[in-house]
Amino acid sequence: MTSVAVIDYGMGNLHSVAKALEHVAEGRHQVLVTSDAATILAADRVVLPGVGAIRDCMAEMQQLKIDQVVREVAASGRPLLGVCVGMQAMMAHSAENNGVDCIGLFDGRIGFFGDALAGEPGEYKVPHMGWNRVHQIAASHPMWHGIEQDSRFYFVHSYYLPLAQAEGVCAATTEYGFEFCSVVMRGNVFATQFHPEKSADAGLRLYANFLNWDGRA
Amino acid sequence: MALAKRIIPCLDVDNGRVVKGVQFVDIRDAGDPVEIAKRYNQQGADELVFLDITASHEDRETMVHVVEEVASQVFIPLTVGGGIRTNDDIRRMLNAGADKVGINSAAVARPEFVREAAERFGSQCIVVAIDAKRVSADGEAPRWEIFTHGGRKATGIDAVEWARRMVEYGAGEILLTSMDRDGTRDGFDLALTRAVSEAVAVPVIASGGVGNLDHLADGVEQGKADAVLAASIFHFGQHTVGEAKQCMAARGIEVRL
Repeated sequence: MTSVAVIDYGMGNLHSVAKALEHVAEGRHQVLVTSDAATILAADRVVLPGVGAIRDCMAEMQQLKIDQVVREVAASGRPLLGVCVGMQAMMAHSAENNGVDCIGLFDGRIGFFGDALAGEPGEYKVPHMGWNRVHQIAASHPMWHGIEQDSRFYFVHSYYLPLAQAEGVCAATTEYGFEFCSVVMRGNVFATQFHPEKSADAGLRLYANFLNWDGRA
Repeated sequence: MALAKRIIPCLDVDNGRVVKGVQFVDIRDAGDPVEIAKRYNQQGADELVFLDITASHEDRETMVHVVEEVASQVFIPLTVGGGIRTNDDIRRMLNAGADKVGINSAAVARPEFVREAAERFGSQCIVVAIDAKRVSADGEAPRWEIFTHGGRKATGIDAVEWARRMVEYGAGEILLTSMDRDGTRDGFDLALTRAVSEAVAVPVIASGGVGNLDHLADGVEQGKADAVLAASIFHFGQHTVGEAKQCMAARGIEVRL
């Protein structure tokens, strides 16, 4: 039996993430919700979830030294999955809360939809909320196994990763007024802007793929 | 635009049981929230709204267990409304597995609650539910006011202004119910829906009055709603969520099929 650690830093919907992982684990993988560094570093796979504001998320992570643990997991080669604010926290910087430095696994900087979509009143609501298409760039990657190209996933976010900030690491794109990067990936790190745990069958399939993934393309 | 318009069945839950007679012919327990949530998920519902109508405060704990059960088996977004009055109420529902909470009368009683909740939990999970009634006379420019206590108590607050204010305070979504149309099956109050949707930058869910599938499409097309909520047309087996999506798609509306 392998283990997957869902990092608990006091923010967000980690219970939904853990429940979805348990649902697809079918008893073959142990799901641990934890903030303990040793437990996280000993797990076979790690998920960094998150909802809420980035400043609070980063503050909680720094307080618990989770940011350093995440860097270590990324460097270890073990599969690491970021979800929503967890994905944004893996970038270098976010424009939210007047600008917050993040963990920096990726160089990109997160921007605000409200600025980018300004001047189109009524057409594009912010937050970007609901089911949108996810266009896979490397569709043969094991994380996309059994998931149809352009499947819909559930999004809720006001901040986003511009394509120009994801050069060479963008694994999927989504359109909301313009194309943005909805999944970043490098080596053993895969991170989604959408919520797989709220994306019905496609989302559960992504979690099942994660539990089978060895961290290589 | 690739973002799908959402169809949201709404379930009233009293002391852990779904009420207002859900009537699926082949469902084992028509009062079991988990069974019904699973069924709607299979039909392609984009989200679910659970409205806790439990009268006594002590029995509200039951709703927490309902949410836990549903959230461990159904993997689409869940909004829980009814009796949400404090940050503690919100925390318990989110921890149980709800994605969003609906705040209604507590926002009218103390608008700052919405600001505090959004700051603590993030706007993405704060839905402000607005019950509005038309107060203008025929021939006048239409005007709506907020009503509480199931539409019995007027507040004198303009509905469109209220929606703007709630978004300014941090509401991430507006659930807008026309008290004039609720239960009539005459369709949404499209003028109200449109007025609110065009007044705010966050998504608006239209509610109240759906009697047929075209009403849902009208809510999106003419009401400019981002999502449409209905109860009885789905509960009584009159239509499935899938049929509603086919109807909307046939009218050129983008849906998740």
